[in-house]
Amino acid sequence: MRIVRNGLLAVALAVSGCSGNQSAMDPDGGPAIHIAHLIIGIVAVCGVAWVLVMVMLAAALLRGRGRTGREITNERSLMRAVIAAVAVTVVIVAALTVSSFFTTRGIGVPEPAAMTITVRGQQWWWQVMYADSGPNASFETANEIHIPVGRDVRLELQSADVIHSFWVPSLAGKQDLVPGRSNILLLRAEKPGIYRGQCAEFCGLQHGHMAVLVIAEAPADYERWAAGQRQTALLPSNPEALAGQAVFLGKPCAACHTIRGTSAHGKTGPDLTHIGSRLTLAAGLVETTRGSLAAWIADPQTVKPGNNMPTVALTGVELQQISTYMEGLK
Amino acid sequence: MTRHKEGDRRDTALNDAELQRCLTATWSTPAGLWGALSTVDHKIIGRRYITTAFVFLALGGVLSLLMRLQLAQPEARFIGPDRYNQIFTMHGTNMMFLFAVPVMQAMAIYLVPLMVGTRNIAFPRLNAFSYWMYLAGGLLLWVAFALDVGPDVGWFAYVPLSGPQYAAGKRADIWAQMITFTEVSALAVAVEIVVTVFKQRAPGMSLDRIPLFVWSMLVTSFLIILAMPAIMIASTALILDRLVGTHFFNPAEGGDVLLWQHLFWFFGHPEVYIIFLPAVGMVSTIVATFTRRPVFGYLGMVMALIATGILAFGLWVHHMFVAGLPRLGESFFTASSMAIAVPAGLQIFCWLATMWAGRPIFKTPFLFVIGFMVIFVIGGMTGVMVASVPFDTQVHDTYFVVAHFHYVLVGGAVFPLLGAIYYWFPKFTGRMMSETLGRWTFGLMFTGFNLTFFPMHILGLQGMPRRIYTYQPEMPWSGLNMFISLSAIILALGFLMFFVDAIRSARSGSAAPANPWGALTLEWATSSPPPAYNFMHLPVVSSLEPLADDPDILPVASGLRIDRRELLITSVVQAVPEARESSPGDSIWPLWAAAATSVTLIWSIFTPWAVVWGSIPVAIALIGWFWPKGVVEEDA
Repeated sequence: MRIVRNGLLAVALAVSGCSGNQSAMDPDGGPAIHIAHLIIGIVAVCGVAWVLVMVMLAAALLRGRGRTGREITNERSLMRAVIAAVAVTVVIVAALTVSSFFTTRGIGVPEPAAMTITVRGQQWWWQVMYADSGPNASFETANEIHIPVGRDVRLELQSADVIHSFWVPSLAGKQDLVPGRSNILLLRAEKPGIYRGQCAEFCGLQHGHMAVLVIAEAPADYERWAAGQRQTALLPSNPEALAGQAVFLGKPCAACHTIRGTSAHGKTGPDLTHIGSRLTLAAGLVETTRGSLAAWIADPQTVKPGNNMPTVALTGVELQQISTYMEGLK
Repeated sequence: MTRHKEGDRRDTALNDAELQRCLTATWSTPAGLWGALSTVDHKIIGRRYITTAFVFLALGGVLSLLMRLQLAQPEARFIGPDRYNQIFTMHGTNMMFLFAVPVMQAMAIYLVPLMVGTRNIAFPRLNAFSYWMYLAGGLLLWVAFALDVGPDVGWFAYVPLSGPQYAAGKRADIWAQMITFTEVSALAVAVEIVVTVFKQRAPGMSLDRIPLFVWSMLVTSFLIILAMPAIMIASTALILDRLVGTHFFNPAEGGDVLLWQHLFWFFGHPEVYIIFLPAVGMVSTIVATFTRRPVFGYLGMVMALIATGILAFGLWVHHMFVAGLPRLGESFFTASSMAIAVPAGLQIFCWLATMWAGRPIFKTPFLFVIGFMVIFVIGGMTGVMVASVPFDTQVHDTYFVVAHFHYVLVGGAVFPLLGAIYYWFPKFTGRMMSETLGRWTFGLMFTGFNLTFFPMHILGLQGMPRRIYTYQPEMPWSGLNMFISLSAIILALGFLMFFVDAIRSARSGSAAPANPWGALTLEWATSSPPPAYNFMHLPVVSSLEPLADDPDILPVASGLRIDRRELLITSVVQAVPEARESSPGDSIWPLWAAAATSVTLIWSIFTPWAVVWGSIPVAIALIGWFWPKGVVEEDA
């Protein structure tokens, strides 16, 4: 079943060009749909107003061209025209303010009881924490948020270092992740799909490479995924992967990364328990394959200059083993 | 300093030739380097300021071309993230703090004393000091950039990214201290302008006869005085956090990161109007001259300037709509942000009415005003859009906003400024700029600007965030980005042509008469360029357009001493003569004071002790500056 689902996701990924949908004008989530309507409305009103002003400008310039001598203009009627134009401006501006207010109301705020996911921004990746009720229900992943379709999801946005901004435009407007605070964002997808977003607040060297994927699935698919994520990592069956695990645990890797079910409990970097199941690597930078894993581990500073992962000296064989192990962490 | 010893010589009983000789001897700047360094002539300092600001404009423009080179293709490797972050930080910081605000104040330093009919700006030594401080701040920033320690935290320097924990080295300190330099100079000039406008207007220039450009600079100066202390407090607190471990912005120690944003934008939003309102004054001036009639609705225009100035302080939160503030409070700021469209609209409609009733003459300055109308109205419309909270949550920090504020700042301020340069160039230099090149410049800039910046609206809605050094090939942005980068070349050619024209015309343009455009304000009542003393006889004003009746027989006031620098002080409302006041002569002390202050400020990035030891030379320079020389300050 998981293979089928991953296959479907891969197809979706290929169709959407590895990226998923990332456009405010291509909304598939409740809040984004509301906002897209507002955008179209305001742009239309302002567009018409601009055209009218330009017509007046052209008329004013053409009217007096080549005129000689000062024409006696009726200042009083000119005054009336200016006052009328200002009055129309006031009405338009008031109408837009009210429509904006009602759009905010229409989007609403998530119920405290809604499904909650905590997203912590880090330079330059997203830590994603699921904390459902029940024992052993919580788990952690990175750069990929799965949500069930048609349900309000409450994102609790926090930051571990500097300010970031969570923005998946096809689903909702953005919201900052501010150190020392916890901001709330309502996320809701109306249909299944992969929705891409990326950090929208300048956060340092790799601000440009801090993408996040929201994967909206049918509730049953979501539950299966969540159940899989709750599992600890299985002991690898293939010998190369097993050797890779030994390399991982023997090298400094485990100081920063957690792989649940092993002795790796580092907290600095992303949780790697199911890294092989994630579509992308390094916050949306490359598709997860054995090759890209190897390239990343061998030289993270070339793939993503300035990121916080150091280069760990590995032999060619060790690199091969460790990337096989990573790829297998489904 | 040579002075006439004959005692109390007045300008009443002399023929014109003798008067001219005495005034020249009293007011002119001595030739040579020492004279250039110690001058307090507002025209020389104003020209210096304008030229320096345009050099920074050119440098900032080169940075923008580097960014367009990098962004033309996805995952380009021309510029790495570290250098790119320095470049976009430098571009914004340079354009806002070293170009836009100073150039507008510089225009005022040159023009306001002439337009109100006085012989020098108020506090002329402070004026000289402000220029040296500005220059030192600009050099600090650019030298740091050349040494690869340019600031890389954005022109807004949000904490904690700019704080001690995440911005190692001195890059953020250089940004923060550059703020101190430019704010000191901006505040000094603002005070000079306010006092010049309030107390040095020509007799008879009552409040309702003040030219609109002077009104706009008066309102702008008040905005500077009220807004800039916020950013100075913020940047000083940042330096303290970084240097001596205070915790203004550290949440772990009870500080708050949003405090920075409030302080920054409490300055940052009025900043937009500090740049825009002078441009409004320029547009009004150019419209009046090139439609051959006064601007329609003078009172409405003045009220709109003041209303804009007041509302400007109620909008800052719209820069923080996604920071997580309560929604109800945000609605208030939506309403106030939308409301500012009303005075802006009133001004647009008044200009349209002026054009409708006038006889438009399509010279280069007027072309730039027409370009301004087309572009700025789009910027105003997108301003209304980002004022809406839900709309803003989608476009905030995207290329939509980049497009929006370039439409407002380039369309709303740079286009009028270039029109104003074409308009006042003959006054500044005594030579005309080329009308042919001017039309080409305008055409290239108008086309290049719109082709460059309009597509950015679309990129923003398509999800492209700002301040990214590159983007991935799978994003659907490559085509538009390439288009934008190519269009930027057209825009750059327009600017290049402007610079070529300005430099060529300054050297060998055709000689300008005193009043080449047939304009009606006082700066055209004297020669081009004006003599050191501005006006041989101080003009007396009896209408809004003093030159309308017969520019050759302007009524004049007399009775000022000519053996020392003396100004006429008039009352605030009616401009009734009140007193004769001496105006300070040339002095080298402002330069020493600026040098001592600069060393102290730069040194204090490295150690707090610099403030202690640096205060000694600063104190010496100030004592020298203010040493009494036995000149009577004021004769009532």
